[in-house]
Amino acid sequence: MNANLSRLLRAVFVVAALLVPLFFASGYQLFQLTLVVAYALSVLGKNLVTGFGGQVSLGQGAFYAVGAYTAAILMEHFDVPYWATIPVAAVTTGMVGLALGLPALRLGGLYLALVTFSMAVSVPQLLKYKLFEDWTGGVQGIVLLKPDAPFGLDLNPDQWLYLFSFVVGAALFLAANNLVRSRIGLAMRAIRDQPLAAEAMGVELARYKTLTFGVGALFAGVGGALGAIAVGFVSPDSFTIALSLTLFVGMVIGGASSISGAIYGAVFIVFMPNLAEEISKAVPGAIFGAILILFMFFAPGGIASLLEAQLRRLRAAR
Amino acid sequence: MSAAAQAANSAEGGAARGGALMRVSGVEMRFGGIVALDGVSFDVGHREICGLIGPNGSGKTTMFNCISGFYRYTVGDIVFDGTSIKDLARHRMVELGIGRTFQNVALFRSMTVRQNMMVGHHYRGTSGFLSNALRLPRARADGREAARQADELIELLELGAQANLPVGGLPFGWQKRVELGRAMIAAPKLLLLDEPAAGLNHGEVDELGALIKRLRSHFSLSILLVEHHMSLVMQVSDRVVALEFGRKIADGTPEEVQRDPEVIRAYLGEGEEAAHV
Ligand SMILES: Nc1ncnc2c1ncn2[C@@H]1O[C@H](COP(=O)(O)OP(=O)(O)OP(=O)(O)O)[C@@H](O)[C@H]1O
Ligand SMILES: [Mg+2]
Repeated sequence: MNANLSRLLRAVFVVAALLVPLFFASGYQLFQLTLVVAYALSVLGKNLVTGFGGQVSLGQGAFYAVGAYTAAILMEHFDVPYWATIPVAAVTTGMVGLALGLPALRLGGLYLALVTFSMAVSVPQLLKYKLFEDWTGGVQGIVLLKPDAPFGLDLNPDQWLYLFSFVVGAALFLAANNLVRSRIGLAMRAIRDQPLAAEAMGVELARYKTLTFGVGALFAGVGGALGAIAVGFVSPDSFTIALSLTLFVGMVIGGASSISGAIYGAVFIVFMPNLAEEISKAVPGAIFGAILILFMFFAPGGIASLLEAQLRRLRAAR
Repeated sequence: MSAAAQAANSAEGGAARGGALMRVSGVEMRFGGIVALDGVSFDVGHREICGLIGPNGSGKTTMFNCISGFYRYTVGDIVFDGTSIKDLARHRMVELGIGRTFQNVALFRSMTVRQNMMVGHHYRGTSGFLSNALRLPRARADGREAARQADELIELLELGAQANLPVGGLPFGWQKRVELGRAMIAAPKLLLLDEPAAGLNHGEVDELGALIKRLRSHFSLSILLVEHHMSLVMQVSDRVVALEFGRKIADGTPEEVQRDPEVIRAYLGEGEEAAHV
């Protein structure tokens, strides 16, 4: 069988498998899966910046918040339809990312970690700030209506939102996959591996780092917008530093230098806290921590590299 | 501008007419109290293989780093193909035609041999983030062209069996060869080779010598070769420049430099190295 055909078959299989829940999962489960898509996009943005680009960022939650609020404000104050907020959130968050990344990346190294960390810490406060209250709704946040399925499709809102997020997410994953396989992706990895040699090969460090950071922010922004629409509510306290750290965990657990790792990481951060809670109601945090350590012990390169190694072993055995 | 730099600038026109591809004039590089280069001047002609020799710590790698913009010298100037590259951004050197390898190998370790070489083609691509994310025709053309050229060099350097292996696992000598390919794919006018024979056995050193000559005639480029293997340097070089403690002590044909009393003294002082001269 030729390689293209087998790739196509695999893609069809994956898409079909991911669409199965549409018909069998409960409303709440579908909502969780929609959140997985939103987080997966944000983690994917982090993977591009940190895993492929080698820049340590701790503030992905801030960009998620910018995307979420962009969508919410557009829907609430400008009557923009939910689907049209996605591209606006993407562009807005990308711009914010570029503006913040530009100075930080020139300083380089741990400054970026510091700047992004401060960003994540200050976002909830900015969202509560009096001056912006008319737009952001202050502490109250903004409540959104769940959109119905269009074109008279026979789907309830949960089903429709999952399908919608799935299509948006798939398109962006495809784009990211194209990107990392291209000359741009090679340049990003070259900067991570050997910045001086990359420069000697004609890669302009500042430009690539900044643009990569902007793209990473853009992905988080789309994730945030999808998340806001799915949750139907945005408020400052949903976007604390805890969110940024959660996304960081998702990146590490899923596998930072992998595209598919973002999906595994997102599944982990959506479902694992519940699982931890089921194991022990008293100390779910400790259980979660223990699970994290176990994962790092048995899958140091993240779930993606664990799966890859298994797959290679299977092929070798055949 | 310093007097030395001015002198260098006024000499520039002459260099271009005289046919030198690169003219290094009075370059001085200090690290704190250490004078790593002390007013070094020399030319590299078109299609010339120029050996750059000297005992350990004499400033050879520092010279390379000054040429490729990694170190910023304040005194002196380097004119390449008629333009001063003293203040040129590092990532612009390659489009001007300067390619290099690194003494300690600076490959992109997470990538395969082929991918490493494709990065060398980077500066010739024109497609940006968006067109690559969408795989627009221009992006695909860039990718195809880089892959094609990488494959050509892989064949030329006989790296076919390793093409899709990660470079990290290859022996040191082979890694050096991948670096050579990565520099060559950019089609440089001047290739800077920092100890390409390190980690090679005798037979392989001879092969390398032949390869260096083949590259020069095939691609009509100039090569500046830093190497401790004296037999290799003397065999392939048209001209040899010798450094000691950051100062140029000899400049001439391999025969002249080998006979030069200063050079003999510099190497005899080192004891072991003398055996190679
Ligand atoms: N970045 C640096 N900081 C401080 N000192 C440096 C630096 N780079 C080089 N030097 C010093 O400059 C001098 C010349 O070093 P260089 O590496 O150019 O020597 P070399 O001729 O390449 O030697 P070798 O044959 O051992 O590679 C040495 O004294 C070295 O310690
Ligand atoms: Mg050296």
